[in-house]
Amino acid sequence: MSTSSPPETGGPTVSAQRVRALFATMCRIRAFEEAAERAAKEGLITGAAHLSIGQEATAAGVCGNLRTSDLITSTHRGHGHTIAKGASADAMMRELFGRAGGTSDGKGGSMHIADFSVGMLGANGIVAAGIPIAAGAAQAKRLLGEDAVVACFFGDGAVNRGPFLEGLNWARIYDLPVLFVCEDNRYAARTRTGAMTGGPGPAARAESLGVPAHPIDGNDVMAVDALAGQLVEEMRAGGGPQFIHAKTYRQKGHTVADPGTWRPAEEIAQFLEHDPMTIARQFLIDAGAGPADLDAIVADAQQEMADAYDSAAAAPWPDDGLAATDVQDIGGPA
Amino acid sequence: MSTVTYKEASCLALAEEMRRDPTVWTLGEDVGDGGVFGQYTGLRDEFGPDRVVSTPISEATIMGAAVGAAMVGTRPVVELRFADFALCAMDEMVNQAAKARYMFGGQTRVPVVIRQPIGMWRSSAAQHSQSLESWYVHTPGFVVLAPGTPADNHGLLKSAIRCDDPVIFMEHKDSWDVEGEIPDGGDKTVPIGKAKIIRPGEDLTIVTWSGAVQVALQAAEAAAGKGVSVEIVDLRSLWPWDKEAVFQSVEKTRRLVVLHEAVKVCGFGAEVAATVSETMGDRLATPVRRLGAPRIPIPYAPPLENLCRVRVADVMTTVEEMGV
Repeated sequence: MSTSSPPETGGPTVSAQRVRALFATMCRIRAFEEAAERAAKEGLITGAAHLSIGQEATAAGVCGNLRTSDLITSTHRGHGHTIAKGASADAMMRELFGRAGGTSDGKGGSMHIADFSVGMLGANGIVAAGIPIAAGAAQAKRLLGEDAVVACFFGDGAVNRGPFLEGLNWARIYDLPVLFVCEDNRYAARTRTGAMTGGPGPAARAESLGVPAHPIDGNDVMAVDALAGQLVEEMRAGGGPQFIHAKTYRQKGHTVADPGTWRPAEEIAQFLEHDPMTIARQFLIDAGAGPADLDAIVADAQQEMADAYDSAAAAPWPDDGLAATDVQDIGGPA
Repeated sequence: MSTVTYKEASCLALAEEMRRDPTVWTLGEDVGDGGVFGQYTGLRDEFGPDRVVSTPISEATIMGAAVGAAMVGTRPVVELRFADFALCAMDEMVNQAAKARYMFGGQTRVPVVIRQPIGMWRSSAAQHSQSLESWYVHTPGFVVLAPGTPADNHGLLKSAIRCDDPVIFMEHKDSWDVEGEIPDGGDKTVPIGKAKIIRPGEDLTIVTWSGAVQVALQAAEAAAGKGVSVEIVDLRSLWPWDKEAVFQSVEKTRRLVVLHEAVKVCGFGAEVAATVSETMGDRLATPVRRLGAPRIPIPYAPPLENLCRVRVADVMTTVEEMGV
């Protein structure tokens, strides 16, 4: 890569190489979401799609520290996590389109995107539902004698649901290796979360349950990566749960159908300035990367997702017979 | 054969399955101390606190954690204490456990057993007495079991634990001390989806399950005293349910009463009655009858609680009305 310099110079080079890879993941997420947005507007994605544009750094920074054998749970806004954990963008796009070859045969769609082969245990249409699931997955892995770490993504809206309290308490009392990642994009659907949240907020709630909390700029992938790396290492060595309060911003509306223009224009402008892609790119430029090299990363990502779009648009619908499969083994549809 | 209580039968079944399969574990409030009804007695001593896990009063997370644990290769047996408390875990049961396999396109299974004791018992009142089996039968994805005897509690719990589907397992609290024989040896299961004729008869069929089995047995005895021969079909499995066994019995008797403890309105008896009517209504000597609780919350005072119970006299009245 163009930023390479002699290995003996140490840290900065390693860091730049690492950030370059994270930047590439972020570019893939951004390009996937932009392709999905286009497809939704063209009527090719029929159901709700919740875009994570503006939140790419948390997905990339956390998942970049996980092994394939580690696990994640995700949310209704889960495309970025799924890509960062290693799922195929082609299969994901087919799933959004409801087509054959989708990650769930087109039976789940955007809100139930999942790829168990890479440890992605599912997005979830129910806010906070992934929290207990993550805790239980960690408990089971320990029972099986495996050292997997579980990263549990949820939004700021989830801190006002009961499973947040129950699940964090659970992870604490059983000392489970769950990395709770609260992606605080300021809005729970169309409502400002601050107006609906008593007390000082997510980090204080985690701390009150004995889970160490770490507030961070969730748009700074270098910071997310460094923090997640440290916490995952501690958990892998036998440490209990940790909590990241990643402050970020949902650049788009709640769903593709929501332009999001009901938010203050100054706020939107402020966060467009504080875009995670720009921050990572600037870091790499400062570290010596050439703009052309970075543009090539962006172009590759856009090409990959354009191909995924074309592939999904050309794919057939699932066979009708699939509607009645995988319901249950005993007592399923005849 | 050994004689055990309904409660002991379930404890034996769980212990046998935990010995057989190291991925089986159990979690719920107080299970490490034997469970609220003593149905987990001794298990922590044998299997340790990591496999017999006492939990906080966090029904949603007891259930949600079990879903996560089941999806990654273990077989949790969840104790929710009372069917009424299970309602605090409705999302985790209905939206997660029952749907994960389907909505993820078959990438995973959720082999979890969800124990939730049901039924009226000792003035337990409105929030500790309900029989909500029909809610779960209505939800695609679940197997629903409601054993009425010690042998079935033993054999069906073992089948439930070995099943790859999420299983709602409803034990009746009033049956904990009912005695019966179970097979020795510990490997005998009861197949899911098979009813059992627990009393053969000629004149009228009673289809029932769970605690109401005891009512049906007493009613059949009383009917015999009046010269009426009642056949009792204990469904045991509510989903899937053994339609063929019911059809065969009704083909013979041409009269059907469905008897359950749950509220009659939209109870599972309605499904049985409708299915029999659709399939063989022209062979019935008289319309199908249903017996269940009135649509009121379960009251506390014993005389009022009794008004919710289907009693032997109610069954006898119905039998007479059916012109046997």
